[in-house]
Amino acid sequence: MTNTENNEIEPVTDENKWTLRLYVAGQTPRAITAYVNLKKICEEHLQGSYQIEVIDLLVNPTLAKDDQILALPTLVRKLPEPIKKIIGDLSNTERVLVGLDIRPIL
Amino acid sequence: MIKAHKITQPAAVSLSKTPTGIKGLDEITGGGLPQGRPTLVCGGTGCGKTLLAMEFLVRGATQFDEPGVFMSFEEKFGELSKNFKSLGFDLNELVNQNRIAIDYVHIEPSEIEEAGEYDLEGLIIRLGYAIDAIGAKRVALDTIEVLFSGLTNENILRSELRRLFRFLKDKGVTAIITGEQGERTFTRFGLEEYVADCVIFLNHTVDHQVATRRLRIVKYRGSAHGTNEYPFLIDQQGFSIMPLSSLGLDHPASTERISTGIARLDAMLDGKGYYRGSSILVTGTAGTGKSSLAAHFVDAACRRGERCLYFAFEESQKQIIRNMRSIGIDLGQWIDQGLLQFQNSRTTIYGLEMHLVVMHRMIEDFKPDIVVVDPISNLVAAASKAEVKSMLSRMIDYLKIKQITAFCTDLTATGGTLDQNSTDISSLMDTWLLLQVLETSGERNRGLYLLKSRGMPHSNQVREFILSDSGAQLRDVYIGSGLVLTGSSRVAQEAHDKALALECQQEIERKQREIERKKTLIEAQIIALRTQFELEKEDLDRLISREQLRVETFAFDNLAMSNLRQADEQIEGLTDQGVPL
Repeated sequence: MTNTENNEIEPVTDENKWTLRLYVAGQTPRAITAYVNLKKICEEHLQGSYQIEVIDLLVNPTLAKDDQILALPTLVRKLPEPIKKIIGDLSNTERVLVGLDIRPIL
Repeated sequence: MIKAHKITQPAAVSLSKTPTGIKGLDEITGGGLPQGRPTLVCGGTGCGKTLLAMEFLVRGATQFDEPGVFMSFEEKFGELSKNFKSLGFDLNELVNQNRIAIDYVHIEPSEIEEAGEYDLEGLIIRLGYAIDAIGAKRVALDTIEVLFSGLTNENILRSELRRLFRFLKDKGVTAIITGEQGERTFTRFGLEEYVADCVIFLNHTVDHQVATRRLRIVKYRGSAHGTNEYPFLIDQQGFSIMPLSSLGLDHPASTERISTGIARLDAMLDGKGYYRGSSILVTGTAGTGKSSLAAHFVDAACRRGERCLYFAFEESQKQIIRNMRSIGIDLGQWIDQGLLQFQNSRTTIYGLEMHLVVMHRMIEDFKPDIVVVDPISNLVAAASKAEVKSMLSRMIDYLKIKQITAFCTDLTATGGTLDQNSTDISSLMDTWLLLQVLETSGERNRGLYLLKSRGMPHSNQVREFILSDSGAQLRDVYIGSGLVLTGSSRVAQEAHDKALALECQQEIERKQREIERKKTLIEAQIIALRTQFELEKEDLDRLISREQLRVETFAFDNLAMSNLRQADEQIEGLTDQGVPL
């Protein structure tokens, strides 16, 4: 059910591996925009050390409760801790970087 | 013609309603909340919004077999279940039975970053899933306004909320949305804009350090509803709203009469006592025997097998029983038999409306024939006069509809005008007894007046009210020569009168004896005189006959003598034969 898209460029070590979950509801334009934006940011800043999991709540509604999802799309940074949430279509790159706590150096 | 056409409209389809099961709320709303629509419940902090929402769901699940989803934005499941456990709702069990689903929505603004456009589809999906999972008919959102503090984009929020409420309507669930009271608006974020069908406002005011909760239906589209502020109570049984203010004046009037418990008082009331279902007021200063009158009435009622509920605001149950035993009334036996129940509380423990609600609920539970409130004047401690009057009038209306006889005592402040009672409620009362202290010759005695008694002839005289160890008694007071005497002066006056009467009686007897004596005397005199007369008559008769004899003898002698002398001439006066002419 879960659309797991492993970024299979190179294996990453556990310490600096980023686990990201993108919650959407169906293939809406906004969901696609969010995914595209996320992918771009990750490629730019977390090359090789990230993993994106896209969860479609229309398929898996129960998962919404576990991660306390309200707004869609929501990006959840599961790892590294602590959990961070970014809502929206991620078009504001600046805020995504702040939200994910990604230092520009990386 | 056109106008007439406009007026004739198709018969309005009555709005279907979802009963809440909450005491009183269904009466005010005329059957419940609008079915399949959201209802906004708003009010300040701690006014009972969450409880109302939860009770709506719990009662739906337990009484109407309608499962419900509770979406909490403030409290976690554990907290909710603990809070409601104390109100007798076992949420854990209901959740396990899939009759209630609780979804805690956690929003932590510091964890959330907004980056671009979004919607609240996630929330709707969660809600939809929860509704479908247990087939919910009822939903509560408590309180959705938390979203406004968690998410910054108000435009998105507002359009999404509109979508959420539309979603609820489409789902056909009856929903309660709670909202915190705003400064000028019903809710801080204007939720009333979206929930247009029914708005309930909860109020929690503190007046003179006493808190009172009230509920008001601000609007109810397409339905008539009570518009007043209704007091409500939150206790171990949840919500109780008392729809008393909506009662009218169309209560029945019984012609049945019930004894006052004091024979002489019955006699004063046309010989039959009070009307059943009427309201009786006893006013009087301290220590005039108001509670004793109440006890007599209660005792008489219990003897007839009727049920009595006694609201005591001054004394404890044990104290009343002990005190009444001193005038020969054993109330304890009626308590043991379950005919009498006491509710003892200080009036200041809660607000007036709360008293009303408590009394209302106790009456509903106990179903008494007679209710005693002793004294109503203490209620003034909990609120202002006007409020007490309004409360009591509602109480009395309620009791009259139920055909319960109300017996209220009222303590008149010493020095105040006696027929001016502290709560100004005499106009509500059917029978008004006034107990007054009559102070004379160093004594305080109790006097009982019957100021009014609607619908029956009644005595207008004052009676002396005496409390003895065999109960209360009424005595005629001494009225005469401009005096009203009671107590020992009455006794003294009565003795004095008795002596006076006795004296009169003796005088009469004496005179009568004198007449007899005189009569006897005169009669004796008559007899004596007659006897004397007889004697004298006899003597005279004897003299007369002797004189006659002498005359005859003398004539004869003369004749004889002339014969002897051969007299030829006729002796004058004698015939030829010589006999007198």
